[in-house]
Amino acid sequence: MSILVYVEQSAGKIKKTSLEAVSYGYALAAKTGEGAVVAVALGTLGSNELASIGEAGAAKVLHISDERLNAGVIQAHASAVAQAFESTGASTLILAKSSLGDAVAARLAIKLQAALVSNVVELPRLEGGFVVKRSIYTGKAFADTTITTAKKILAIKKNAADQKLDGAKAQVETFAVAIPESDFASKISATERATGEVLLPEADIVVSGGRGMKGPENWGIIEELAKTLGAATGCSKPVSDIGWRPHHEHVGQTGVKVAPTLYIAVGISGAIQHLAGVNSSKCIVVINKDPEAPFFKAADYGIVGDAFEIVPQLTAALKAAQ
Amino acid sequence: MKILVCITHVPDTTSKIQFTANNTKFDPTGVQFIIGPYDDYALARAVELRDQTGGTLTALNVGEAETEPTLRKALAIGADDAIRVNSFPKDSFFVAQQIAHFAKAGGYDLILMGRESIDFNGGMVHGMVGELLGMPSFSPVMKLELEGTTVKMAREIEGGKEHLEAQLPLIAGCQEPIAEWKIPNMRGIMSARTKPLVVVEPVSQETQAEASGYQLPPAKGSVKLVDKDQVSELVRLLKNEAKVL
Repeated sequence: MSILVYVEQSAGKIKKTSLEAVSYGYALAAKTGEGAVVAVALGTLGSNELASIGEAGAAKVLHISDERLNAGVIQAHASAVAQAFESTGASTLILAKSSLGDAVAARLAIKLQAALVSNVVELPRLEGGFVVKRSIYTGKAFADTTITTAKKILAIKKNAADQKLDGAKAQVETFAVAIPESDFASKISATERATGEVLLPEADIVVSGGRGMKGPENWGIIEELAKTLGAATGCSKPVSDIGWRPHHEHVGQTGVKVAPTLYIAVGISGAIQHLAGVNSSKCIVVINKDPEAPFFKAADYGIVGDAFEIVPQLTAALKAAQ
Repeated sequence: MKILVCITHVPDTTSKIQFTANNTKFDPTGVQFIIGPYDDYALARAVELRDQTGGTLTALNVGEAETEPTLRKALAIGADDAIRVNSFPKDSFFVAQQIAHFAKAGGYDLILMGRESIDFNGGMVHGMVGELLGMPSFSPVMKLELEGTTVKMAREIEGGKEHLEAQLPLIAGCQEPIAEWKIPNMRGIMSARTKPLVVVEPVSQETQAEASGYQLPPAKGSVKLVDKDQVSELVRLLKNEAKVL
């Protein structure tokens, strides 16, 4: 019995959300008494990156270095992780919810005959069964879910665990797997990725703009504020629908659901569909010239006024405070 | 070309969510049910692909009798026939087994559904069906073009997208902007009444992770407004009071 954590990389860097998943596994092991946490990392990775997995709480890292796994080939990742799970005799697989993680976890649930629970928000309760709390109705409610199988997979939401960072060292082992050639039958021909920016689903701070920004040419003040805060930029659905901003920045019910520590909404009225994408944020700041904007009801702090005056002042005040 | 589109019957996105029976059941009072918004994208793209290839399009839902108006809407939008698996969708594994069984029986070349339902947001049924049928599965797919048996797709990843090529048969969990939502016209609504809607019983009752109780998030306190001429006060509050900077 042990806990295995599936760690994802993006362009050679371990994802921060995956390190949170490792720390969640570490906390879970402490709670269940299952002992050491093993992580499995796929694709080409440097020793510093592998070491970061140990600092997050893994005692051992299985490194599957096959460079074909640098890309998110769903079937191949599922086969590789399944072999690591079987070989370690693990009972529970932990992973961070993500575009690739969700797709891989679903296939693993069938391969391993394991129950899969997604959007997990905290450590399970162990009294009266294995009960997992997950977010449902796009953040509008929570469900307690009782797992009835011996093997389990938990896909955890951002902020379900604090990332542990204590300099602990993991034992890194190269792990060989046999992946069927047919798993590579689908070809990834190109990847487009915004570079040099904080990824929206992983960001601790998000600054979003809405129609109140009046046009894509005015996004400079949003970007400047985001840069000052080390934040990712997001937008409302109308803004991505009319093409002011790319679709991957759309925050809301049918876009990216974020769970940052701080969410700053500029010129967004706060339609219920937008709120569904941000309701897991720890602190929400709303800047809007309309005092009746529904977003103020969901906010912790607000400023009623012209975004074109307030946002540059806020950026300046933050710089002064740094 | 045989296409299957799987749809969910879910509360409208503007619904206020409430529970009843001591927080063990969803309270449908005053809630309007719709085709899941992601499933609506899948359906719209499925109709276009059916028209492009001259094939057939079947809509499937796992649900009790009250979901039939939602399935009829899918018929009005353009599905040729529909299957309702007569059971409450107990968990993702339960639903995936039903879809896999009827998809196999029907010999579909392409299976589309939304990236996730908007009630339980699991986003795992497409992958489970893929593994059960030994077919590749992709999600969230934001573009899907057919060229013979080759499928060209774009899949959204964190901060961008990935362009892919795969062969039929396959399964895709869809999201915008794969197609524009379609609104049923009068002719569609009339013809939907007479299109076949078959009710079948579930093939398995097995579940793995059923919800046992529900909670609403704690009520939000009221907003603290900062004067627009005191922007630095907001920075102080975020630092010292909220402790998020």
